[in-house]
Amino acid sequence: MATTPKTLYDKLWDAHVVRRQDDGTALLYIDRHLVHEVTSPQAFEGLRLAGRKPWRVQANLAVPDHNVPTTHRDQGIQDPVSRLQVETLDDNCAEFGITEYPMNDIRQGIVHVIGPEQGATLPGMTLVCGDSHTSTHGALGALAFGIGTSEVEHVLATQCLLQKKSKNMLVQVNGKTATGVTAKDIVLAVIGQIGTAGGTGYAIEFGGEAIRDLSIEGRMSVCNMAIEAGARAGMVAVDDKTIAYVKGRPFAPQGELWDQAVAAWQHLHSDPDAHFDRVVNIDAAAIKPQVTWGTSPEMVVAVDAKVPDPDQEANPTKAEGMRKALDYMGLQANTPITDISVDKVFIGSCTNSRIEDLRAAAAVAKGHKVADNVKLAMVVPGSGLVKQQAEQEGLDKIFLDAGFEWREPGCSMCLAMNADRLEPGERCASTSNRNFEGRQGQGGRTHLVSPAMAAAAAIKGHFIDASKL
Amino acid sequence: MEKFDTLTALVAPLDRSNVDTDAIIPKQFLKSIKRSGFGPNLFDAWRYLDHGEPGMDNRKRPLNPDFVLNQPRYQGARILLARENFGCGSSREHAPWALLDYGFRVIIAPSFADIFFNNCFKNGILPIVVPSSQMDELFRQTLAQEGYQLTVDLNAQTVTKPSGEVLSFEVDAFRKHCLLNGLDDIGLTLQHVDDIKAYEASRAKEAPWLFH
Ligand code: SF4
Repeated sequence: MATTPKTLYDKLWDAHVVRRQDDGTALLYIDRHLVHEVTSPQAFEGLRLAGRKPWRVQANLAVPDHNVPTTHRDQGIQDPVSRLQVETLDDNCAEFGITEYPMNDIRQGIVHVIGPEQGATLPGMTLVCGDSHTSTHGALGALAFGIGTSEVEHVLATQCLLQKKSKNMLVQVNGKTATGVTAKDIVLAVIGQIGTAGGTGYAIEFGGEAIRDLSIEGRMSVCNMAIEAGARAGMVAVDDKTIAYVKGRPFAPQGELWDQAVAAWQHLHSDPDAHFDRVVNIDAAAIKPQVTWGTSPEMVVAVDAKVPDPDQEANPTKAEGMRKALDYMGLQANTPITDISVDKVFIGSCTNSRIEDLRAAAAVAKGHKVADNVKLAMVVPGSGLVKQQAEQEGLDKIFLDAGFEWREPGCSMCLAMNADRLEPGERCASTSNRNFEGRQGQGGRTHLVSPAMAAAAAIKGHFIDASKL
Repeated sequence: MEKFDTLTALVAPLDRSNVDTDAIIPKQFLKSIKRSGFGPNLFDAWRYLDHGEPGMDNRKRPLNPDFVLNQPRYQGARILLARENFGCGSSREHAPWALLDYGFRVIIAPSFADIFFNNCFKNGILPIVVPSSQMDELFRQTLAQEGYQLTVDLNAQTVTKPSGEVLSFEVDAFRKHCLLNGLDDIGLTLQHVDDIKAYEASRAKEAPWLFH
């Protein structure tokens, strides 16, 4: 009997259905649950109140990241509310026996950086976390998505979630990108094309030569922002790079189990004739380094372009949205992007804080100085291990010599829940994933860019094509 | 989740429409680590005269004497009367958590915001929709009679007044079943423990590296 061709998403889904309910929802088994301090306390409290225990304690891995300070860790956390949230995670993990990398552990870092780094994210897994950027982990050929607090508790207690299946979307990035065009530019260009709601209701598989050419870390940057395109999950098929990336990591299987796993992982790609409900084709060669100009990731243009003019927008609702965004951003229509100067630069976040990101930024910063008009340029590694690696490579020296600050790992100014934030009106070149109003601090203005572009903006004091520096 | 079958309790009237979740529990309290303990900050901006922040000793804060829940006659109320579109705004589960922690198990209103309505059932609160004309009557009677109590019977789907008059209400059969039996989503999933275990056993054979 011929089997129906399946997409990667179909395969991952089907392999995890525990039971199907009459109304079309499925009880889906979750292989890995990552936990951080902000969305978990109530879930643990719920377990306690109901007298329940985690269903499979080894499936969980916890780390504090959102609230942790990026300086003076030896002095602890100054903000008492943040401190309590972090201490609560420590206590909950101790009480329930969950493995945690506490704040001063070298393995601590942003939850979406440490999962793959530790091999806790494996191909073929279902992986969830109480955080929307869980889509990152799909880069390894896993089904990974963000959940709310009730669902965090549900996973803790049952190792399952009640879910409705999404539709299949394929985003094909065809051909090769030009030099200087990074994973971040690809995903920003994709979002610019399909819009922030373009992926709503879909699980997106990213494919095509330009995606296959990316490193695993680059694929993580792409999948990270699938949620910014409205999709709960993003993923990339497993290939040799995936397997090479996973090999030897602390949680990765070894010996005979490794061979068995690799054999199974070879099937983690869409079958040739698999049906996608929507296919988007993108020409990689046409992508240039991207800079967002507005308050939504879809408000993005190439660095050599101008700030768009709402008067040229035919759709009146869209034009109104553009005007509001320009007003908030303090920008005039038709201003060349390269004329926009920045007050702060943030290199970090779960999108762009891995070692390759830091290498790319350091390559640009090397031998230069941060421009006088830039009040603060900070580099926040994604984990303690990324930081250590960067220091072994001398990247910290390059940054420090250029006038960047070199910080401790965490979410930091991506969402400004700790002390790192923009002041009202301040403009920031940021490698993070959200440019929403107030995201990096009340009244702060965020421009999303790649690490190389952020470093270039720091050096020049305004946006510029990093490859032209 | 705590079961709900019947409740006879004091009634408090909150005579405002479009009460949003930010009013129910202001955003500064979302940094909290608990699902419980939001009760003292329920309706914080209305209830106290100063600006509330997490970590304050709420017992020492100046109460707004004009706010209805601060009146002595409504202390211990477990049934809340409300107006149109109660619970609109964000999806924060902190809103039902705060109402529950304060002591409310039943909210009676002419209409509810959708997400909030769902969140109530997830957290053991029974939201009851009663037409506006009957709502007016309930508000009037509550205000007129100190110590006014109602008896809510979920199984019979009735609200009984002190006079003996009975109002009936609609509730989704599945939600009623969950609430009557104290089944939350987790409780329901745990009815399929055998399926989960069977899945794990077969998965452990196919993909043993996930279970080592
Ligand atoms: S780095 Fe930013 S987007 Fe990523 S998990 Fe932290 S706060 Fe969320």
